Amino acid sequence: TMKGSVISVLVVLAVVDRLAGGLEHRSYDYTKYHTMDEISAWMNQMERENPDVVSSMIYGQTYENRNITLLKIGFKSTTPKKAVWMDCGIHAREWIAPAFCQHFVKEILGSYKTDSNVNMLFKNLDFYITPVLNMDGYIYSWRDKTTRLWRKSRSPGTGNCTCFGTDLNRNFYANWGMVGISRDCCSDIYNGPTALSEPEAKAVTDFLGAHQNEVLCYLTIHSYGQLILIPYGHPNISAPNYEELMEVGLAAAKAIKAVHGTSYKVGTAPDILYANSGTSRDFARLIRIPYSFTFELRDKGNYGFILPEDQIQPACEESYQGAMSIVNYVHDKNFKSAAITGTLATVF
Amino acid sequence: MASTGDLEPTHYPARRAAQVALHYLNTHHGSPFRVFGLQQVHKASAEDVAAGGRKYKLDFSVTDWGSGSAGPALRCSADVLFPRTERHSAPEVQLHCEALHQINSTAQEEDAFYQKYISPDSTVSARDIPDSFGNMSEEMQPFWRLARVAASFIMLRESSENTEFNMAKVASVTQQESSEEQLMLEFVVLLHDFPSQEIVQWKLLASWSPDRGVRVLQTEWQPRCPHATKPPN
Repeated sequence: TMKGSVISVLVVLAVVDRLAGGLEHRSYDYTKYHTMDEISAWMNQMERENPDVVSSMIYGQTYENRNITLLKIGFKSTTPKKAVWMDCGIHAREWIAPAFCQHFVKEILGSYKTDSNVNMLFKNLDFYITPVLNMDGYIYSWRDKTTRLWRKSRSPGTGNCTCFGTDLNRNFYANWGMVGISRDCCSDIYNGPTALSEPEAKAVTDFLGAHQNEVLCYLTIHSYGQLILIPYGHPNISAPNYEELMEVGLAAAKAIKAVHGTSYKVGTAPDILYANSGTSRDFARLIRIPYSFTFELRDKGNYGFILPEDQIQPACEESYQGAMSIVNYVHDKNFKSAAITGTLATVF
Repeated sequence: MASTGDLEPTHYPARRAAQVALHYLNTHHGSPFRVFGLQQVHKASAEDVAAGGRKYKLDFSVTDWGSGSAGPALRCSADVLFPRTERHSAPEVQLHCEALHQINSTAQEEDAFYQKYISPDSTVSARDIPDSFGNMSEEMQPFWRLARVAASFIMLRESSENTEFNMAKVASVTQQESSEEQLMLEFVVLLHDFPSQEIVQWKLLASWSPDRGVRVLQTEWQPRCPHATKPPN
């Protein structure tokens, strides 16, 4: 009978679910902060569940020898595609940042089949997304309540230094050591014994270097401050496309504000935050990735790094619109004709 | 390197000076049910002053975090003077906010809170507010705000043009024996400074009552790591 065959199908599905470990059908909670193990399992799940558009790449090792992994998301192509890079969690305590990367992945994977705009992005671009770059630091910040506010990597100090860690976002080969750093290895803005001393920074450097001609846009996600920062961190050096970067940043801030009324400021770091050097954003711009932005997510200092979980969803929703505003601008600039008619690629 | 004359309101020099004015505002008008945050700087200017130092003139708006983003914005103006002395000395603030006494009174909540905890049996003690996930119980919220107000005394005193402080979390609160009808609370607070990105730990003893407001009686800088032996300045 019809009823009997329906029941048999349900029984088969239930058995398959149990055999597969059951994890796949338990909903991942994007409104909670997740451990590194949970995030790694989630990355595997995203790849397994979306094999036609997701693949993972290991592009380096952390100091403690963990595999630094990104998700490459987009329609597969035999020829190299232009790309957008996003990394989250360069700084361990900025938990909302990895939460945002996970939210971003969820959004684009959940909409590429039905949303013609996202579908078009998948066709013309690849997204390279690293949910947690500073894995060692992130794991350390989960260890106990005293480690929650750790920022740096977990490499041990060199020479006479008894403190751990280098500020990964001062360690890049971009005016390294010039401003906004400390040579005291115990400092939270210690830029490392040398430029690129940290394997995490080297991994990003090597990847971006190898994909220099493909990457159109570099986004690095931090908290807190509600800011969109454009290159450069040195007060006397201007990016050649400063005006355009400001325009694009301001449009992104407008898109963010439209969601929940949250105000973001836009400008160079020396203008709206503080001067700095050796940042990943500056490095990306220096190797001629034209659109390079730092996002500093919620809030403005009320909770700071320890943003309550009930703010994860609204913070991610608004920042998603900001990031997409930039991605769409970059896409439309490079794929003008496709911008006019976005046709759904028939994959399924 | 600093410019004299009009300042860009969205740039950090104006914001840092406004934050100092905020700390001052909170020391005077903060309570377990009221903490002010900076909403926006409208206008700012700065000039070097004859006595040696730099004076900022600010026009800005603040909101009460207690009433959430739904609360009204208050318009304030302030003069903030950062002295230029060999050893650091606290900035001097003159502040005026419109309609300060017209904002919704929290007298009822303050009295209820005071009555509850002034009793001799009361021995409140808690750690890590909020926890690592940003959670804090409703009971702890007024203590968090008190810590934030008390921390404002320290943040005000320690501020310079090269700092920008917020309170990262309350490491602990321990109620002490009440004295002169004041709630006495010992806090350990963690402050975050933007330019250095450092987390700075301070222990402090504060008193509060609805009549007298928050007063800070003792402060003590605390080293965070076993090997860090000197204060950040």
